[in-house]
Amino acid sequence: MLKPFKHIGIGVAFSPNLKANIYEATRLSLFFESKLYLIHVGERSQEKEETLKTILAPFVKNNLNYELVFQTGKPVDVILSATEKHQIDLLILGAVQRENFLKYYLGSIARKITRNAKCAILLLIKPSVERIQCEHVVVNGLKDPKTKQTITAAFYVSKQLGANRITIVEEIGQEELTVKIDDDKSLRKATIAKERLSLREDSRVKSILDGIPTTYKNNITIKTQPIFGKRGYSIGHYAQVARADLLVMNAPNKMSFLDRLFPHDIEHILTELPTDVLIIQ
Amino acid sequence: MSPKKNNIKQFLIGLPKNIFSGFVVSLIALPLGLGLAMASDAPPIAGIITAIVGGILVSILGGSHVTITGPGNGLVGVLLVVITTLGINDAYAAIIFSGGLLVLLGFLRMGKLADFFPSSAIQGMLAAIGLIILGKQFHIMLANKINRPQIIDYLLEIPYTINEVLHFREVGLIYAAAIGVLSFLIMVFYPKLRNKYLQMIPAPMWIVILSIGFSYYFEFVAQQPNPIDPIYMLSGIPDMNEIVSKLPRISFVKIGQANFWTSVIALTLIASIESLLSIKAVDKLDPEKRRSNVNKDLKALGLATIGSGFVGGLNVVTVIARSSVNVNNGGSNRSSNFFHAIFLVLFIVLFSTQLARIPLPALMAILVFTGYKLASPDIVKKIFSIGKEQLIIFFVTLIATLKIGLITGISVGVITTFIIHIIINKSFGLFVRNLLKPNVLMYKEKENGDNYYVSVKHFCSFLNFYKLKQKLDAVSEENDVIVDFSLCEFVDHTVMENLNNYQQLFAKRGGNFEVIGLDMHGTDSEHPFALRRILPIPNLLTNLTKRQTTIETLAKDFSLSYDATHDKNVSFLESFIFFKTKQIDHIYNRLSDKDESLNLFDIEFSEGEFIAKEVVRTTMLHIKLEHEIATFTLDREGFLERIYAFAGFKDIPIQNHSDFSKRFYLLGEDADAIKKFFTDELVHFFESNPYYHVESNGSCLLVFGKERLASVKEIKGLLDFGKRLKVAITR
Repeated sequence: MLKPFKHIGIGVAFSPNLKANIYEATRLSLFFESKLYLIHVGERSQEKEETLKTILAPFVKNNLNYELVFQTGKPVDVILSATEKHQIDLLILGAVQRENFLKYYLGSIARKITRNAKCAILLLIKPSVERIQCEHVVVNGLKDPKTKQTITAAFYVSKQLGANRITIVEEIGQEELTVKIDDDKSLRKATIAKERLSLREDSRVKSILDGIPTTYKNNITIKTQPIFGKRGYSIGHYAQVARADLLVMNAPNKMSFLDRLFPHDIEHILTELPTDVLIIQ
Repeated sequence: MSPKKNNIKQFLIGLPKNIFSGFVVSLIALPLGLGLAMASDAPPIAGIITAIVGGILVSILGGSHVTITGPGNGLVGVLLVVITTLGINDAYAAIIFSGGLLVLLGFLRMGKLADFFPSSAIQGMLAAIGLIILGKQFHIMLANKINRPQIIDYLLEIPYTINEVLHFREVGLIYAAAIGVLSFLIMVFYPKLRNKYLQMIPAPMWIVILSIGFSYYFEFVAQQPNPIDPIYMLSGIPDMNEIVSKLPRISFVKIGQANFWTSVIALTLIASIESLLSIKAVDKLDPEKRRSNVNKDLKALGLATIGSGFVGGLNVVTVIARSSVNVNNGGSNRSSNFFHAIFLVLFIVLFSTQLARIPLPALMAILVFTGYKLASPDIVKKIFSIGKEQLIIFFVTLIATLKIGLITGISVGVITTFIIHIIINKSFGLFVRNLLKPNVLMYKEKENGDNYYVSVKHFCSFLNFYKLKQKLDAVSEENDVIVDFSLCEFVDHTVMENLNNYQQLFAKRGGNFEVIGLDMHGTDSEHPFALRRILPIPNLLTNLTKRQTTIETLAKDFSLSYDATHDKNVSFLESFIFFKTKQIDHIYNRLSDKDESLNLFDIEFSEGEFIAKEVVRTTMLHIKLEHEIATFTLDREGFLERIYAFAGFKDIPIQNHSDFSKRFYLLGEDADAIKKFFTDELVHFFESNPYYHVESNGSCLLVFGKERLASVKEIKGLLDFGKRLKVAITR
């Protein structure tokens, strides 16, 4: 049931961030022992190839397996088609930083790709040339068929990256809590109802955890955290507060125009990236 | 969870006290009711009817506990306009409809409505209402009735009236004005007289009793007609039969007109705001610490208003002054409100003829005093101490309310506040982008006690305070709550004031409510989010946050010295392995004991550099030891294992303490020395105390809990732990 990342893809544009982006991607390819595809939207040229090769040179001696893909067309289409063609199962995208603010969001192209891609997607907020150790991974524990796959992937990734702490966040929507708080009596009822919901969610997540091979769980501190709040948003907020290094989330279900107008679930995260985000299909 | 009490028995035990406090409240409600109704240009009895209907219905149907309902001060301003534009008969129809809207608000759970208004704007509006009451009644109090089209004119003519009074020739008028002045003096000096027997009867009732006594004196002792001019006597008080048999005609003719509906909306808006604010304030006074069901109360108030409108009364609202008198006289449940209504019925049945002996100036003096209290210079002073921009909001709202009207006034206040917020932040986007985002995160921290941790992002102002409030209301007040604003760029005065209310409420009910993460707002311009914080702090000189002032008092209690300033001299920390990969920026809020062996401080350090830089603020304790000990690190869960591995540290098991070894990671280079150092006693100490990260560099200890700033309660815990640890080690 675990799909390891065999092919990793990254879109390359010749921007100031180029080196940092490629460094991050190559490091990941080495950690996951997968092949790296560098996809560039545009004409192939000697000069571009040279630039990329010089950047990649230090990694080649570590047995980096890579391929350069050049294709012209609309960026979104090119990247999506290349992803399918090369059977890429992890696509890396970079975020944009809001000027003068320590806030990151996803550009419109990256957002379109995220919505339509069929593979896992890693959104990087601050790619760096130097490696930064990933310590703490936060993953969603939503009640959803995809969650089991996502949590397993989180453990797999933590293992490969050497993270030693995983927090599973169970977001419980306000609508699940049927008691309205008016006075002391209803407050007491609501508190009991909340306790019950938390216990229920905890045991659900426990059963998912039981299905995860122990080799992945060794040396990792596992914590669960129930949160009553807006789905998709509060987990991002939590990841920020808990200073997580990676947030692993379910891919969104099919969305209509209205869903985008009234953002929910993952759309919140895309407008306000709290940390690196990995979206699992 | 408290056990279920024997409700009926409790109720019967409390009954005599509630009857008594209901009686005392009715003593104030009687003159106030008459006065407020007259100030609104309604027949005086309308005020009493309002209190009777309100008291009976809300006490049966309501959701609050110790509130008193009746005609309200705030509504005088609106009712006056409504009655002048629509006429009294159509005004009753408007009152009935506004009651219907209130019921609707209750069903829509709009008890949070009052939270959407900036507190300075509400203050401004209330002050304007105070001036409206004061301006109009001041002239009657001095027996110089005038009629002016504009409310402002009444205020401007106050000097002329005073001049007029000084030149009165007619004896009737002189007596009337003298009674007015005397009554006003009673209102002013009554609170200053601390006589047990005098205080038994509230000041307004003293005025009523004295003025009725005055009239009887002339009738029976002096055998003369009452010297006060008859125009300045209270008139038109019907007896009970008349009230019941002659219900007022209610006209629904103007229902199609626009100004009918603006009246309805104004009445609803002000009635709900006044009631909600009063309920909130009275909840703080409740000796039994109950929480009011505001939505249920709104429905009850609405129904009572409908009923009151049909029998010739005004809007029923929750009133703060009478409620506080109720609490002070031992009122403990809604029955006191019921009895206050019953006593009013008795007064009307028994004494309705005597009421005609009350001179108008006496009644109006009570109102002038209420008006003055609403618009007193103290309020302006308080608002100025909070900030100049609050004063702008206050005065803009006040003037707009006086000049144009209540709805326009409060709207102008809201808009002004918003514009000022935009100017202060130099950003419109901050508000627009984040207004609809669910910016509040609350969860129960699992380790180290059941704290509720609340983190607020982006901005928190009157616009989105209801989101924070909703979370906070879901916590019962005996818990510990920590509100963290470190991710929040802007916090406004309305929020700070409301949080202060929560703080008081939690403190009263045995909980603990703390605000952290505001220390770096405001003046610290190094911070990229450095904007300004707006805190209701009295001392503008030091500009300390609430947390800092609490730490300051804590320092005094524990006889420690306190220094809030940033200290860049942090070399004493660098020998700790924890900081090997971290860049310490500065320490601040430093608490130290006399010989500087115990140092507690907030610290700001960063991990990584440039774009990967992450700034962390936390609270740590540094202990200087008297003699050398082994170098070690004690940590739970082993988060830091890897870092320490670099330094050649490894996990050291302690013999015969497998549980300790399982729960803690004990790391260090010199395993033998550490094993020798960790005696049975020390192991027991760590096992039986809350978890902290403890690190020794040989001569000093570093102790800390979470990777965020500690609340004051947590600081106390840390200090205590450190002191006992020092004793355990040196032993």
